[in-house]
Amino acid sequence: MDTPGVKEALEQLASGVTTSRALTESALAQIDAQNDELGAFITVCHNEALAQADAADAALAAGTGGALCGVPMALKDILVTRGVRTTAASKILDNFIPPYDGTVVSKLRAAGAVFLGKTNQDEFAMGSSGENSAFGPTQNPAAPGTIPGGSSSGSAAAVAAHLCSAAIGTDTGGSIRQPAAMTGTVGLKPTYGRVSRFGVVAFASSLDQVGPMGRSVWDVAKVLEVIAGYDERDSTSMQRPVGAYAAAAERGPDAVRGLRVGVPREYFVDGMQPAVEASVRAAIAQLKEAGAEICEVSLPHTKYAVATYYLVATAEASSNLARYDGVRYGRRAAEPADLDDLYRRSRGEGFGAEVKRRIMLGTYALSSGYYDAYYLRAQKVRTLIRRDFEAAFSDVDIIATPTSPSVAFPMGSKVSDPLEMYLADIFTISCNLAGMPGLSVPCGKDDDGAPIGLQLLAPWFEEERLCAVGAAYEALRGGVA
Amino acid sequence: MSRITPEEVRHVARLAQLELGDEELEAIRLDLDAVLDYVDLLKELDVDDVEPTTHAVPLDLTLRADEVVTTLTRQEVLQNAPSARDGMFRVPRVVEGGN
Repeated sequence: MDTPGVKEALEQLASGVTTSRALTESALAQIDAQNDELGAFITVCHNEALAQADAADAALAAGTGGALCGVPMALKDILVTRGVRTTAASKILDNFIPPYDGTVVSKLRAAGAVFLGKTNQDEFAMGSSGENSAFGPTQNPAAPGTIPGGSSSGSAAAVAAHLCSAAIGTDTGGSIRQPAAMTGTVGLKPTYGRVSRFGVVAFASSLDQVGPMGRSVWDVAKVLEVIAGYDERDSTSMQRPVGAYAAAAERGPDAVRGLRVGVPREYFVDGMQPAVEASVRAAIAQLKEAGAEICEVSLPHTKYAVATYYLVATAEASSNLARYDGVRYGRRAAEPADLDDLYRRSRGEGFGAEVKRRIMLGTYALSSGYYDAYYLRAQKVRTLIRRDFEAAFSDVDIIATPTSPSVAFPMGSKVSDPLEMYLADIFTISCNLAGMPGLSVPCGKDDDGAPIGLQLLAPWFEEERLCAVGAAYEALRGGVA
Repeated sequence: MSRITPEEVRHVARLAQLELGDEELEAIRLDLDAVLDYVDLLKELDVDDVEPTTHAVPLDLTLRADEVVTTLTRQEVLQNAPSARDGMFRVPRVVEGGN
């Protein structure tokens, strides 16, 4: 049996036609049957999930259940979970059992969500295909033989294969939105600071953000309501009231009437697959038909975004990943000769190729003599990219673009060329550099049936608008796929 | 032409505390060359008068109350240590002498 989405699961649980135990047992059975082939989960939490489900059923019976009480979910393995192995898909953490929960995990737990397991990903969230995992790649349930996108590859695949009601991902340069597009699911990256990063294994701290992945805009909106909010344990989290995101997703197609939708000319470039351009243009035409005003906007620094991102993100990563030293947790090299040998071999043996490559680039960009030329210059260009969006949002309410220039590519086709892999993120990266929220919603398929995503970007902290417009488009397109 | 010499890539690996084999170093050197060629794109822009962005969203930095709160116990902190003794992380000897 397919696991229902969040909305259906909540309805079924409320009406009593099912129990959380029944949903959870069924989801676990499906995971057990499919995971060897799919590679969506690194760790499946059979006993913990069933105990959570029973507690949820008791809470539902007592009328004390939280907002996601009894809903079976999956967590990207970058989220720290008390007592459950958390690897970030790295060999260096393959024995790490955290003694605490991250804030997002605590909030979901308090809301009654059931954790089926920890999902596969690119190691430390570094990748766009799910292929950089120490635990093997994840398949794309929506397009066999292709990558599911990354880095939240397992969360996207688990949602697409209906193995869970919804999942949590993280997005540093597109890692929620791009896999959502590749697998025909919905993914939302909140405004930087909207969701706490406490207890999220850090990749690039000024870009990382946690967000929901699901089958519909309403589903991700509901999960966002639970995980959003100020957290004193994350100094970058913002003291802003949490919006009514699910209610916003119920406004229907009228939500776009009179809305000014910006279409950036720099996002419709040579090299985009014709099917992607056609689907996204058709989606924009549907918004227009429903009463939106379509305006061309310019984001002139778009072509500098990938270069800026790979300097900023790798510099921050080289610093964040310095903590994996084989001393306090994680793997330690056998029989080190001395402390330096312990550090170097533990790290050399524990990190995968892409992680080492990025640590090296980041270390180089921060090293003496190069800091101004690379890192500082990138931080300045970041300002120009942010200003582009500030100018655009002074004129329009929302921006619509493709999520990715291509549909999911064949497994193995880009692993030998890091630069080509980096360019796959060209449409998602600016949003992290500038900090505003972004949403990917399915908007069609190519001739071979590979899903295509429409990316919507809203001004900072306007997640309600994002959910309203995303759900309006979903309804215009004929409902949830 | 190479931008990074084999000596430079070894130096960066030392800074990053990464032990890399000769083949790995050479592969990374070539990858870094390609990426650095690509990021030269940023040199087109005049950024002399532009402020750098460290965080995209202005932060509301606040001070928390100075109160004693319960955090992890020593045992919890040490439970993942590859090697621990007497309530401490254990590493190879750094200072000579003693026992």
